[in-house]
Amino acid sequence: MSTAETLTPTERAAIVTLIAHGPAPRAACTDVLRYVQEQRRYVSDHVLGEVAMMLGMSIAEIDEVATFYNLLFRRPVGEAVLFLCDSITCWMMGQPELQAHLHRRLGIRPGETTGDGRVTLLPIVCLGHCDHAPAMLLGTALHGDLDCDKLDTLLCLERD
Amino acid sequence: MERPLTRNIRPGAAPLDLVSYQRAGGYEALRSTIGKIAPAAVITTIAESGLGGRGGGGFSTGRKWQAMPSSAERPGPRYFIINGDEMEPGTFKDRLLLEGDPHQVLEGLVLSAYAVQANHGIIFIRGEYAEAIRRMERVVAEAHAAGLLGNNILGSGFNLAVDVHASAGRYICGEETAMLNALEGKRAIPRAKPPLPQTSGLFGHPTVINNVETVCNIPHIIGRGVEWYRSLGLNGEAGTKVFGVSGRVNRPGSYELPMGTPMRDLIDEHGGGMRAGFSLRALLPGGASTGFLLAEDLDIPMSVSGFAKRGHRLGTGTAIVLDDRTCPVAFIHNLQHFFAQESCGWCAPCRDGLPWVEQTLNAIEIGDGTQADIELLSEMTGHLSPGRTFCALAPGAMASLQTGLAYFREDFEQHIGRSCAWH
Repeated sequence: MSTAETLTPTERAAIVTLIAHGPAPRAACTDVLRYVQEQRRYVSDHVLGEVAMMLGMSIAEIDEVATFYNLLFRRPVGEAVLFLCDSITCWMMGQPELQAHLHRRLGIRPGETTGDGRVTLLPIVCLGHCDHAPAMLLGTALHGDLDCDKLDTLLCLERD
Repeated sequence: MERPLTRNIRPGAAPLDLVSYQRAGGYEALRSTIGKIAPAAVITTIAESGLGGRGGGGFSTGRKWQAMPSSAERPGPRYFIINGDEMEPGTFKDRLLLEGDPHQVLEGLVLSAYAVQANHGIIFIRGEYAEAIRRMERVVAEAHAAGLLGNNILGSGFNLAVDVHASAGRYICGEETAMLNALEGKRAIPRAKPPLPQTSGLFGHPTVINNVETVCNIPHIIGRGVEWYRSLGLNGEAGTKVFGVSGRVNRPGSYELPMGTPMRDLIDEHGGGMRAGFSLRALLPGGASTGFLLAEDLDIPMSVSGFAKRGHRLGTGTAIVLDDRTCPVAFIHNLQHFFAQESCGWCAPCRDGLPWVEQTLNAIEIGDGTQADIELLSEMTGHLSPGRTFCALAPGAMASLQTGLAYFREDFEQHIGRSCAWH
């Protein structure tokens, strides 16, 4: 993970490639923001400004995009992001109990990060895994048929 | 019973690679068509097949394609976009098709792009579907190396470049004009129609957008013909559809069944009926944007026209069952929370109306509601009805509220002055 305040030469080169691929620089903006986030977990104000310059967009233009989409983070998140589905089937099949369990185990509610910076809990809309509800994404991995025990096992594995 | 869309899909197994897909008859429809049959004839075949959009709208795919201006009328770039932004709560069919048989999606894309003479294909997939994105990227690379994509495909003179786009995530991206804005690097807010995307789509160029499942039908219709395709359906319908059921049934899952299959077969036979100790109170037949149906409605054939005759919508065809031990008010509150959160904020009735609905439902749920709140909710279903908002998001949200107020009136009234008895 890059912790430098400004974009590194490697990051800049990757962004230039992404921009060159599309028909207009701006069309690459969500791809670029997702790439930056993969490198840095979230998009800081400083990096947002640098990216805006590279895309030929004003900061207002790019921030209205960055703040619109659910998977772009403008604030720091933990090492792992746990997206717990709160849509209808998962809600019916036990999501509230899982959320309460996470609060007991980790002390976090949706939108919060554990004190040690390891896990951020975020709500997410239907993950298309309704036949295995309740479901979650841990990072990019999809898990279904969750109960409190399975959640504990998965989180311990993630935390090892 | 034939299941063309899911015939190559094995639960838990890796999808077919190029060699196995071709061994199973894959890309034969493409080989027999591209450069050999005129694009206009392909469009006519699809129009005659009776195929309708599988994303929820149900509009005739052939007619959608026929609205594309010809290359002579409109020279320059043309786009064909696959809508894989599956985010309708309770819907899990496109992920199955994308992950389970990605070459089928790609063959459908090449044939569709050929029909409308688009030289750029985009597969728009929600960012959360990481495995689907990886698998589609892999088959794009495989097909490119084999000459099934790129320039002069199979010596036909037809060129097609394909990109897989991972969305940054928002329900409204599935609305086709909002998707165009997302691909142009803007906030995904819907555009006014007309102009239709076919005349002014991505970057102002002619564009067709079709759902994943819709496109998966194309190779089969082209390969086996209109007569065969029309014979697959029941009750006068054409083709098959990936239906699904979730909630407290014994076998929640996706099932490819003839279009026009009675809903009872999906719930009782394929879904295995209700779990012991639960009974069916109502269901949403096709995702969160459809209205409630009751047990007595289960004989309705699952098709666009079957539901329309009863004033309902098929939606995505994936049913969500409300059982007798779940509070219907809380159920509707959960749905409205989703819609309020996912409103793009562009038009005032949706941006302000949906949070108002959600907060009112929350008040009722915790025992702070009044009789007047129930009337207010009823009034809101009128304010957010079709034609009062910029796109279909809020009217879709009102479908469950309106039918819920009619069917579960007693439950709403029992909440007035006391907190929910179900919790």
